[in-house]
Amino acid sequence: MEDLLKLAVATALINNVVLSQFLGLCPFLGVSKKTKTAAGMGFAVIFVLTISSAFASVVYEQVLVRFNVEYLETIVFILLIAALVQLVEIVLKKFSPSLYKALGVYLPLITTNCSVLGVVIINVQKEYGFVESIVNALGTGIGFTLAIVILAGLREKMEYNKISPAFKGMPIVLITAGLMAIAFSGFAGIL
Amino acid sequence: MSNGEVKVSKLATAKERLFNGIIKENPTLVMMLGMCPTLAVTTSCMNGIGMGLTSTVVLALSNVFVSLLRNIIPSKVRMPAFIVIVASFVTMVQFLLEAYLPSLNESLGIYIPLIVVNCIILGRAESYASKNPIWSSFFDGLGMGIGFTVGLGLLGAVREIIGAGQIFGIDILPDALEPITIIGLAPGAFFVLACLVAIQNKIKLRSGKKVKEEASCNGNCASCGSTCTDDAMLKTNANEDKEKAKKLIKMDKKEATEKEEA
Repeated sequence: MEDLLKLAVATALINNVVLSQFLGLCPFLGVSKKTKTAAGMGFAVIFVLTISSAFASVVYEQVLVRFNVEYLETIVFILLIAALVQLVEIVLKKFSPSLYKALGVYLPLITTNCSVLGVVIINVQKEYGFVESIVNALGTGIGFTLAIVILAGLREKMEYNKISPAFKGMPIVLITAGLMAIAFSGFAGIL
Repeated sequence: MSNGEVKVSKLATAKERLFNGIIKENPTLVMMLGMCPTLAVTTSCMNGIGMGLTSTVVLALSNVFVSLLRNIIPSKVRMPAFIVIVASFVTMVQFLLEAYLPSLNESLGIYIPLIVVNCIILGRAESYASKNPIWSSFFDGLGMGIGFTVGLGLLGAVREIIGAGQIFGIDILPDALEPITIIGLAPGAFFVLACLVAIQNKIKLRSGKKVKEEASCNGNCASCGSTCTDDAMLKTNANEDKEKAKKLIKMDKKEATEKEEA
């Protein structure tokens, strides 16, 4: 139990998925204009990450390892993620319209989000079991949500600031992200 | 057309595609695509170039293949088909690297399999290779790949020189100048890219062009092909993704106008 907690904290804060591993930068920079949309994106990522990690872990153990075709992992995982995202979308639409309304817009954006494939591959490379994989995915998702919501909050404030024209838009966002990365690297001492 | 003329026009398209990829639509510096590997592996110039060349191989080969199969793949399942093609080439390249360049493979690590989800590759497959003949698709991929390599090499060189005082592992800064270690670490990646983009904006502003304020793709890599490039806007079977991405943008805009009104 303690190990799992440590794993979750480490992936969420210390090895933050966007700020120290640079996975999922596209949505991090693209969908962080408003706190509300950022939070929606964040929760959708947590959702998809956890589900796809669970499935990928089972598929890897039961199919790829059993039939000795581990080398197909990249192809299998990316297809699995794409299929899962579609499936989740259909299931949500049918059974939980309110949740679909909240997350639906973000779901298709996640298939090619490299954080999902990245986490699944990390799970395999570090030889995490089923439970560890899920905890790792949850931690990563929470770390992503934390980072994107904070960035969106900062960007909302920045709209009222005077910024030199050359730094307007992307550059200032990147610098903000850099400062956040410095802040997050401070977490390295807590474990 | 005689044989000679065909050759000339082929050479011209090849040149045009290469120029387009390296300068005009440089994926890293102009289009801001494929940000994840860009920031993650550019701790040194060598790593950046290694990543760039690996992506170039995948990009050129997958472009050729997509172009070859462009009339066979039904448009409804084209995205998964492209992904499978790209993933197969990535797997092949990964094994080649493991066998012949194990040190590079180790330093690039997880970012090699992640080439699959690199926006540039799917973007080019969707927006160029699926509509154009093999020859120009190959050079389009090659040009984009070289452009990516140049961008990554540049970023890597800047970070290696400032962050470690070295280039290709050779000390170049005098001892009196202490290297700024943070540039080589994660936060430095953001800072250096920010400065490169700002310099580019400055040049654009001077020549009276408008600065691009939005990140490309609005977070959706799959629709890169249509939202980010000029030859854009697929008229046929506009897929749902795109509509949803648009809805997302609209939502943002609506909120902004509401705020302004208030």
